Amino acid sequence: MSEIEAARTLKINILRFDPNDPNDFPHMQTFEIEESAGMTLYIVLNEIREHHDNALMFDFVCRAGICGSCSMLINGRPGLACRTLTSKMDTNITLAPLPLFELIKDLSIHTGNWMRGLNERLETWIHDKEHELNVDKLEEPMEPALADEIYELDRCIECGCCVAGCGTIQMRPDFVGAVGLNKIARYHLDPRDKRSDEEYYELIGDENGVFGCMTLLGCEDVCPKDLPLQSKIAYLRRMMLKVAL
Amino acid sequence: MKIIYTDVLIIGGGLAGLRVATGVKRRGHDAVVLSLVPPKRSHSAAAQGGMQASLANCKMGEGDNEDVHFSDTIKGSDWGADQLVARMFVHCAPKAIRELAAWGVPWSRVHRGDHSAIMNAQKVTISERDEAHGLITARDFGGTKKWRTCYTSDGTGHSMLYAMDNKAHEEEVEIHERQEAMSLIVDDGRCYGVVSRNLMSGELVAYVAKATTIATGGYGRIYSISTNAIICQGTGQALALESGIATLGNMEAIQFHPTAIVPVGILTTEGCRGDGGLLLDKDGYRFMPDYEPEKKELASRDVVSRRMTEHMRKGKGVKSRYGDHLWLDITILGREHIEKNLREVKEICENFLGIDPAVNWIPVRPTQHYSMGGIRTKYTGESQTLRGLYSCGEAACWDMHGFNRLGGNSVSETVVAGMLVAEYISDFCDSNESSMHIHSSKIESSIKEEKAKLEALLTKQNGEDAYVLRRRMEAIMMEKVGIFRNEKDLQEAVDELEELYKRSKNIEVFRSKSRAANPALVNAYRTQKMLKVALTVAYGALLRQESRGAHSREDFPERDDENWLKRTITSWPDANQTLPSVSYEEIPVESMELPPGFRGYGKDLTKHHHATHARETTVAVIREQLEKEGASRFEIQSALMPFLDKLPPKYRGTNERLGENV
Repeated sequence: MSEIEAARTLKINILRFDPNDPNDFPHMQTFEIEESAGMTLYIVLNEIREHHDNALMFDFVCRAGICGSCSMLINGRPGLACRTLTSKMDTNITLAPLPLFELIKDLSIHTGNWMRGLNERLETWIHDKEHELNVDKLEEPMEPALADEIYELDRCIECGCCVAGCGTIQMRPDFVGAVGLNKIARYHLDPRDKRSDEEYYELIGDENGVFGCMTLLGCEDVCPKDLPLQSKIAYLRRMMLKVAL
Repeated sequence: MKIIYTDVLIIGGGLAGLRVATGVKRRGHDAVVLSLVPPKRSHSAAAQGGMQASLANCKMGEGDNEDVHFSDTIKGSDWGADQLVARMFVHCAPKAIRELAAWGVPWSRVHRGDHSAIMNAQKVTISERDEAHGLITARDFGGTKKWRTCYTSDGTGHSMLYAMDNKAHEEEVEIHERQEAMSLIVDDGRCYGVVSRNLMSGELVAYVAKATTIATGGYGRIYSISTNAIICQGTGQALALESGIATLGNMEAIQFHPTAIVPVGILTTEGCRGDGGLLLDKDGYRFMPDYEPEKKELASRDVVSRRMTEHMRKGKGVKSRYGDHLWLDITILGREHIEKNLREVKEICENFLGIDPAVNWIPVRPTQHYSMGGIRTKYTGESQTLRGLYSCGEAACWDMHGFNRLGGNSVSETVVAGMLVAEYISDFCDSNESSMHIHSSKIESSIKEEKAKLEALLTKQNGEDAYVLRRRMEAIMMEKVGIFRNEKDLQEAVDELEELYKRSKNIEVFRSKSRAANPALVNAYRTQKMLKVALTVAYGALLRQESRGAHSREDFPERDDENWLKRTITSWPDANQTLPSVSYEEIPVESMELPPGFRGYGKDLTKHHHATHARETTVAVIREQLEKEGASRFEIQSALMPFLDKLPPKYRGTNERLGENV
């Protein structure tokens, strides 16, 4: 936005609800904010809280697009609010909490307990019962390209956008989602994790796992980290099929 | 009244807190972690560039070892660090990184053969050894003699935090999310846990434990522009302060990172310069070699930040509506390198600046980044004055950074300190000393006190607006307690902050009166706490009449070892006082392995301590004698400053390296 142009007035429509207040009910509320240069939804929401309504609840932590706290529906599409520039949007902006997660209040949702449950269910850690680590010794070598490939999948920030963008999970609430399948792909790739293909099959070899995915691929469309979710789900499906046969 | 009992309570779910929790759990103690946010969203995740550990695997790291890492850390600290602690740290950093490798961090690895790199704006070819293939590699960072900073692309903190949180899952550490510790429960000089507020329901719960650990990170958000996550508000330091017994160390030691983007203050990693990026002024001129001919862009962070500020003061900054800035040029690294090793930087540039860093220069300026100060502890992580209270990571001052932290030493500190402090806490819990003697009525009254404070905020009339006080505090810290400091500004800062602090006792939560999830209420009580913390920083800075590391006084440009080779200790013994109490702790020259010297930046303005020369002589004599006798570097080190006996026995082993101890 150039300096001489008149600042736009943004209309921010927010879906609000406080489950702790027995008299409250879900409703839309509109705030008018004057746009400034480089403005993001992080700046917008803080300005609303500071100058218009100090009760407005939302979650930001890093405000730099790396922690995954501020995922919400932005004009109906899951995304990270902190790195959404208003200059790229129309003046009419609608914000709502991500669906499927427990609502805390307004735009704040409880992704933490959902992800924790998922991690516990899929046991997303290195399984290596045999190996007693001696921290004085040289580390185990790993092929550099493999380390890079694992990091690629390790970049998931558990923001929940893929879950909110998933068609399958609307019908199967226990579906692990792209976030879960990506984690399995990550650990399956990692030679430090000694789980067998059969053990992975036990975790995701059913309709709540890799066979539940309807390949609508909303997950990949909305992933803020551009993870290769589509190809990883396809790969896991082929691998699991082999185990099943 | 709800009371939850556990063995070890940990406040904060970042790398340090999770490592402590995992460690005590493995020793058979129960652990509960209280976290404001899901642990994987902690600020540890924001560490981009890497973790220092002297593995010496890559070509440019060859010859590295604990001694070199130690010397870099002490020089970096401007001799403010506790050398015993720094020794313990450098010895354990290789162990911590190898442990994390086994727990799943996909560290970037050495590839045998030739690869090209940019050094001092020139393309060079580096040839890696066959035997190093597949071991953990490292990049260059500021203030280090060797390439020692291990990394996973530029998402190092993220990968470490995820591996650590997953490990904590496996160990069945209990995590209580969206819990905010409000006050310590203290009885008879001993800490017994905290009163915590559930940020969703508003419920107050007492967590009672044998040992309580504060691992809440730094206090960067007392400044208006900081690279820190917005939850880094110093509430952990305030908790300790408000106990009236625990003390804080060196709160005035604040680091400004040279390259945060303008205006939002998001960090671009030191890896940008480590990998060969340059700093340019408004004319596109590379100015750092003029100021620091040897280390150039890779001088220590405090030095680069000051040089940048000096250069902008000469009118060489680029004008913008957000004030002056300089340029960070990483275009010379090439697109392929940026997309592989600096991809978070690339995403940040695209999303927040709308530029492509492979083509465009990045607007940067020095921005508040790290808190060297924190809760003053012994080397065991226990408070020097409040039994049962521990602290580690950025929250603590144990004190390995002194007055300036080296890049790559922070995430490294979190996991090393977590690893060690977990053992010391476990020893404490195993001993009779940890047995608890607290009456339930004491716990009950602690909860009641907190409840009364919250009610007062919600029911007060004609009170102060917390936002107004907080914004003013942030501006004062930025303008008057920044990179360059002087008596006039600091005095004004202290006076006005004290005034704001008095007004903060009269804060009213306007409109939003909910006792449950209520951001206005949270802002109200945190503002009160932040003002106390800001006062310890500003007051400590005013009193310290010298320049050391990141604390740079225009009116006292010398580092004055004779009068100021000591730590600032602040406390708040009486709830009614409006300024912190200040005392000092000597840093004894007589026991230093590396006696105070010149860091090698700019002109040597050191006023030496009277004992320095004698210690230098002693060190030289011992070293010469032992070298003549053919002693190993370990034997020489041990003769100068023994430290192994302080470590938990399981971490005393000698580290393997290619060509050493294998």
